[in-house]
Amino acid sequence: MANVDIHAHEEVHAHDHHEDHDHHGDKYQSNFITTYIFSQDHKMIAKQFLITGIFWAFIGAAMSIVFRLQLGFPEESMAWLKPILGKWIVLNDAGMGTLDPEFYYALVTMHGTILVFFVLTAGLSGTFSNLLIPLQIGARDMASPFLNMLSYWFFFLAGAIMFSSLFLSTGPFAGGWTAYPPLSALPQAMSGSGAGMTLFGVSLIFFVVSVLLGGMNYITTVLNLRTKGMTMWRMPLTIWAFLVTAILGLLSFPVLVSGILLLIFDRSMGTSFYLSEIFIQGSALDRVGGSPILFQHLFWFLGHPEVYIIIVPAFGLVSEVMSVHARKPIFGYKAMVYSILAIAFLSFIVWAHHMFMAGVNPFISNIFVLFTLIIAVPSAVKVFNWIGTLYGANIRFNTAMLFSIGFVSMFISGGLTGIFLGNSAIDIPLHDTYFVVAHFHIVMGIAAFFGMFCGIYHWFPLMFARYMNETLGKIHFWGTLIGAYAIFWPMHYIGMAGVPRRYYTFANFEAFNTFAPINMFISTAAIIVFGLQILFIINFFYSIFKGKVRTEKNPYGANTLEWTAPVHAGHGNWPGAIPHVHRWAYDYGKDGIEFIPQTVPLKEGEKDMGAH
Amino acid sequence: MATEHVVDQVEEMALNTVDDGPWSGGESPMKASYGKLMMWYFLLSDAFTFAGFLIAYGSLRFAMPSWPVPDFVFQSFPFLSGHYPLLFVTFMTFVLIVSSVTMVRSVQEGHRENKNGAAYWLLLTILGGATFLGCQAFEWYTLIVKENMTLTVDPFGTHTTEGILLDHDGKETEAIKVGETYLLHKAGGHGHGDDHGSEAHPMPTTPGDYPGFVIDEGGFILPKYKVTQEGHPDKGEIKTLEYGPKAFGALFFFITGFHGFHVFSGLVILVIILINVMSGLYVERKNGYEMVEKVGLYWHFVDLVWVFVFLVFYLL
Repeated sequence: MANVDIHAHEEVHAHDHHEDHDHHGDKYQSNFITTYIFSQDHKMIAKQFLITGIFWAFIGAAMSIVFRLQLGFPEESMAWLKPILGKWIVLNDAGMGTLDPEFYYALVTMHGTILVFFVLTAGLSGTFSNLLIPLQIGARDMASPFLNMLSYWFFFLAGAIMFSSLFLSTGPFAGGWTAYPPLSALPQAMSGSGAGMTLFGVSLIFFVVSVLLGGMNYITTVLNLRTKGMTMWRMPLTIWAFLVTAILGLLSFPVLVSGILLLIFDRSMGTSFYLSEIFIQGSALDRVGGSPILFQHLFWFLGHPEVYIIIVPAFGLVSEVMSVHARKPIFGYKAMVYSILAIAFLSFIVWAHHMFMAGVNPFISNIFVLFTLIIAVPSAVKVFNWIGTLYGANIRFNTAMLFSIGFVSMFISGGLTGIFLGNSAIDIPLHDTYFVVAHFHIVMGIAAFFGMFCGIYHWFPLMFARYMNETLGKIHFWGTLIGAYAIFWPMHYIGMAGVPRRYYTFANFEAFNTFAPINMFISTAAIIVFGLQILFIINFFYSIFKGKVRTEKNPYGANTLEWTAPVHAGHGNWPGAIPHVHRWAYDYGKDGIEFIPQTVPLKEGEKDMGAH
Repeated sequence: MATEHVVDQVEEMALNTVDDGPWSGGESPMKASYGKLMMWYFLLSDAFTFAGFLIAYGSLRFAMPSWPVPDFVFQSFPFLSGHYPLLFVTFMTFVLIVSSVTMVRSVQEGHRENKNGAAYWLLLTILGGATFLGCQAFEWYTLIVKENMTLTVDPFGTHTTEGILLDHDGKETEAIKVGETYLLHKAGGHGHGDDHGSEAHPMPTTPGDYPGFVIDEGGFILPKYKVTQEGHPDKGEIKTLEYGPKAFGALFFFITGFHGFHVFSGLVILVIILINVMSGLYVERKNGYEMVEKVGLYWHFVDLVWVFVFLVFYLL
């Protein structure tokens, strides 16, 4: 029925020259530069975000391999890295190369910054919000394609500045991705605190501009540009997730700007917003009256919502992919929406759980413990709903589906350790140990990456009209799943034993020396997992050009609107009129029909699952 | 086009037979266009930036033992030599708020598609904003040049103990009132009051310890006083007056500067919009001069933020 409607529209528009003109290159897409570089088409901008994200993920992961080599094999020579790292590998008389300790800290810092901001914020939400919001709500493009383009280019500028800081003679910033003062506030504090920190701060400000331009666009597009019949309760969970992510970013990133601007003043104008009673090389500085805790508050007011900016888009991608490949409606659609909203709300009132040991009043900590633990409730709702979706389903075990199931596994494993860390009393022994490293890498690193991979494998045919190689994809999945657990599971144990994070070497610590074999095991697993990601990158770029060609509009039998667009959708997405929506996105297996796309009108007396 | 209309009608009939939800697409919630919504979202995020600054202000201020009294700090008025506490800032606040009123009138004339009216009131708004910026420049000039306040030096101290001030020769003079703010002067600076000595007793200008005061390395005169407060651990000792909290100057220049930067950006945008109005660009659009309304939202926001800045720096 719906197909008939759409064809009718297409016929009508075949005679409409103005409309027709739109999809063969218009004034916004007339030459190479406006099509591929300064593109205003959301699909192209999504690909730009994705490929830039992959570039940064490679850099960030490679950095982690270098410092894992240091931690796992401290006795081995790193002279072979000298051609890449140059003076940061110090050679002794015997030709044995060691990693410069200052550069070790720089690597740890840059690894965190790059992964959190450039890969898992811009690369994840930037890619899929851009790709899916207009296509799944039935819009021609974003509300403001021009600001959308600027959003990518501000991200690019932020990346270029951060990248250039890697090549400074004093090295990039090395005081941790959280940039706590005084290490970040005093250029003389360590070598990376000079020009490295200046570029770090400027880069982050441009990054926030990018996030805000993108977020304003995503929210406006979702609220204003939905096609006829696409009520809020008929939106796919991906769109709900992107909407909430954009709101989180819009409300939390500006506070990071406040924090960093005050920091820049402390660095360059001699103010003391964050400094008080500092001694450097034995002499007291004339910088009094500030509070380093103030920066931590401003930072974590962004920093905590930030981890949900990372994981919420993954929630959406996983829910959608899981429902399509389980051929079942998502279990508890409204509970999923309400739990995303609840998590988003709670994420704003838990930030001080990052500061339990920083000198915050313990009585205030109690409140933050309470709210932190309450987050377990909506998170558990989501997990049970995913399991409920899988229960009794006739699952297609393709790579996208495997990654979405793997996401649930990671989210459970990482979430459970969050309950330990959320308690301020248990945080006393566990803070700043490898337990924390293991917790957040599993729950927001690996889990978010799994969400991203499931999205990439699932929507690759939508982006490039070709499929990725399934065999390589499955090797990638199983290797990464096992490897990620091999890396991070043992970290819990060494963390409980008290091994602190961010240390360059444990050679001088009798108590931590005994864990050398575990560190060696972790590093070996990390190298293998890194190799598997290179396999993914090869698969990705190979498939863009040589992958199996997609010929049908809707290869998965999915209900959402993006699969009603032509295989090679032009600027404007649909050649004819925009499809109208008559039902929610999850009518799978309803009344014995395998799937009913959203464009199919409801039958007489049929229950509208998307009704209020 | 006619056929499309028919198809729509057919579908409309199909819709009427089944409940299809209230959303018919193509319209804006709350009748706000996407551009206006995006301006609102931007203002919301900008409000969080300012909130971050004001929270930083609060946390630093209330960690200090004392804070300069605004009635004392802000009491100069251009071309007049007396003390007029908060009078000048009241004037500039009034100008800014009036510029919001003229902005409203410009938006209103825009809605009426009255090009000249919109341009006229926009011009008045620009004048108001420019006057405000000029007033801010005067205020900064007074603080920086005449009163030697910088981002790192705050010469406005506040008495925290009871005591008796000493005169130039070290003799006890007037009693100190706790909570009263004083201004430290620079030696050799031009000003008024007896800090600067008289013909008979010229003030020294070199750093050192003098009977009634100390001149520090920065050239500031720190008068001496005797602590008389009962139960104070230093009772009976001679001490020198101290600088005010450094955070005062830093926060004042940073936050009013950040706000001033917003006003300045607003002026630039207003001028661009004025040029567009005059050129007749918005006549063709027939959307009630929506660009004027959008910049108006920004302008009102800048005014609203000033109300909070005014509250924390001048009233509390």
